[in-house]
Amino acid sequence: MSILEVRDISKRFGGLQALSDVNISVAENTVHAIIGPNGAGKSTLLNCFVGKLIPDTGSVSFDGQSVLGRKPHQINQMGISRVFQTPEIFADLTVIENMMVPCFAHRDGPFRLHAFESVPKERHITEMAEAMLDDVSMLEKRDLHAGSLSRGDKRRLEMAMCLVQEPRLLLLDEPTAGMARADTNNTIQLLKDIRRTRNLTMVIIEHDMHVVFSLADRITVLAQGTPLVEDVPENIKGHPKVREAYLGEAQV
Amino acid sequence: MTDATQTAFPAQTPRAEAARDAQGRRDRMLLLIVALLALAAPILLNPFPTASALAQFNAGYPDLMQRFAIYGILAIGFNILFGLTGYLSFGHAAFLGVGSYSAVWMFKLLSMNVIPAILLATVIGGLFALVIGFVSLRRSGIYFSILTLAFAQMCYNLAYSVLTPISNGETGLQLSLSDPRVLDGPSSGSLPVTSLFGAEMREAATITLGGWSWTFSVGYYVCAALLLLAFWLSIRIFRSPFGLMLRAVKSNQNRMAYTGLSARPYTLAAFVISGMYAGLAGGLLASMDPLAGADRMQWTASGEVVLMTILGGAGTLLGPVLGAGVIKYFENIFSKINDAILHQWVAVLPDGLEDAVVAVIHPFVGKGWHLTLGLIFMAVVIFLPGGLVEGARRAGAVVRRRDRNAPSVESDAAARRAAAE
Repeated sequence: MSILEVRDISKRFGGLQALSDVNISVAENTVHAIIGPNGAGKSTLLNCFVGKLIPDTGSVSFDGQSVLGRKPHQINQMGISRVFQTPEIFADLTVIENMMVPCFAHRDGPFRLHAFESVPKERHITEMAEAMLDDVSMLEKRDLHAGSLSRGDKRRLEMAMCLVQEPRLLLLDEPTAGMARADTNNTIQLLKDIRRTRNLTMVIIEHDMHVVFSLADRITVLAQGTPLVEDVPENIKGHPKVREAYLGEAQV
Repeated sequence: MTDATQTAFPAQTPRAEAARDAQGRRDRMLLLIVALLALAAPILLNPFPTASALAQFNAGYPDLMQRFAIYGILAIGFNILFGLTGYLSFGHAAFLGVGSYSAVWMFKLLSMNVIPAILLATVIGGLFALVIGFVSLRRSGIYFSILTLAFAQMCYNLAYSVLTPISNGETGLQLSLSDPRVLDGPSSGSLPVTSLFGAEMREAATITLGGWSWTFSVGYYVCAALLLLAFWLSIRIFRSPFGLMLRAVKSNQNRMAYTGLSARPYTLAAFVISGMYAGLAGGLLASMDPLAGADRMQWTASGEVVLMTILGGAGTLLGPVLGAGVIKYFENIFSKINDAILHQWVAVLPDGLEDAVVAVIHPFVGKGWHLTLGLIFMAVVIFLPGGLVEGARRAGAVVRRRDRNAPSVESDAAARRAAAE
């Protein structure tokens, strides 16, 4: 059963046709990768899923409900979380506070005037946040300022913040961009663990083929705003059309 | 998931609990200290005997102490908005002003009791904040500041012109003998005074002991009690999930939205709470001295509360109160030092030198008190970006470090002695 249905979406920025007639169907509990050269429209596509952009035509539905016209926080409350290319965390708060914000959002919804409760007395929230931190092996950093973390740790924290909300769909925008090989492998391992232990669908945008081929169940290749091929990784590897679009003339 | 976490993490809970207790204790200590300071303020602020030359610097008279408490409340409220969410409102004087007007109207129409006046002032302050905030919070950063400034100036100009029937224009709103005062009945003879169930705000007892004289006034203690209430509420808000969300708004609105949280209602709630604090402060100003003028809403008054908060330490609990105290002290004490007093102080110097010294100090005191305040403000912003509270924290850290080093030196000496023996 498909959890995310993208039908015929197009998006134009001035003279640039960023997306034209994109159709993607993401099956539940799979990892779906979207790859393509720079400027292929991958990030634009992702932004259409989360409410940051509204496509000119077409529809995007999550679990049978349209997401178009909803605000980012409403879409998140539907069960879609997003990891950014550069980790977006609350840099001025401590690690544990960073974790608590999504816990509260998950429990209390988009807004609640809980001005008379006390954060430390929210035992259940604290435990939830600590358990998640432990899952990504960051518990010993709980009281550090999130802004002072290394980039790898910021990425882990951001992922933990998304996962603690128990999303049904996790969108990852180049999760290993700018990482050293060791960090990349750690991230792959982390994603594999998440995959194994949770009921969760992932849509991942990635440049690094190593990452894509170690994780993805299905791959969509995007070029100049149009899907070129969609298939399982084994068939994508040697696909002539993909080579042409992705690698240009150079043959590997 | 809950069950798993509860069995898997028995070790974390005591640690979190210890941290919670420590923070709770610190907060209670802070509240207690502020309560004691507020209670003893009439004595603490009058450290110099009445007859001494330094009596000039005594701040323990009711009028000024009331101002300390009232502007403290204003700054605490401002800090809930600015310190937590980072939204810099430049129009808080508008709420102060409407608070004052509502309170005076209460005195005119209902009763000279301060309770209904203060309540109405708080509610009206909140309502104004709801309207102004609803529009202004569509933007952030400098645009938000400009919108709030525009609204405040609009209120100020309307109070001067079109709304004269409500605000009494340039004269300002005052009590008169012909006011109905439904609950009190018609007044005869002299104008009635504000009171709390019969205890007049201006009532005061003066105790003279040795060379010192201390004045304990009803008005001040009413203000101090509300200051404590305001301070306690602000501690609660700072430690609440709501406070955490406000800090999250300041830190990263993008992540906030993608975490399923809507920033607008959070900022609007903070703005309204902050406006209610300002309304309360305005109501108290009118309760201490029942008149209200449009001047109270001018942009300089809005700027003043920004200065107070930043000077004391934005985002800290105690900072705003400290900042309000320092600025009101300068405004009322430093501004009274004139050349005659300066000459008196440096009279021991030879004539020519005396004049020179007075000429040098002159621009910084009396009418020039703004200059001194400006220099202090600049120094604080440049060297102590966290305000006076950060200064105190740094000083505290230095003292603690010295304390920690001291015993280790002793034990070293003891070890050496033992080795020698």
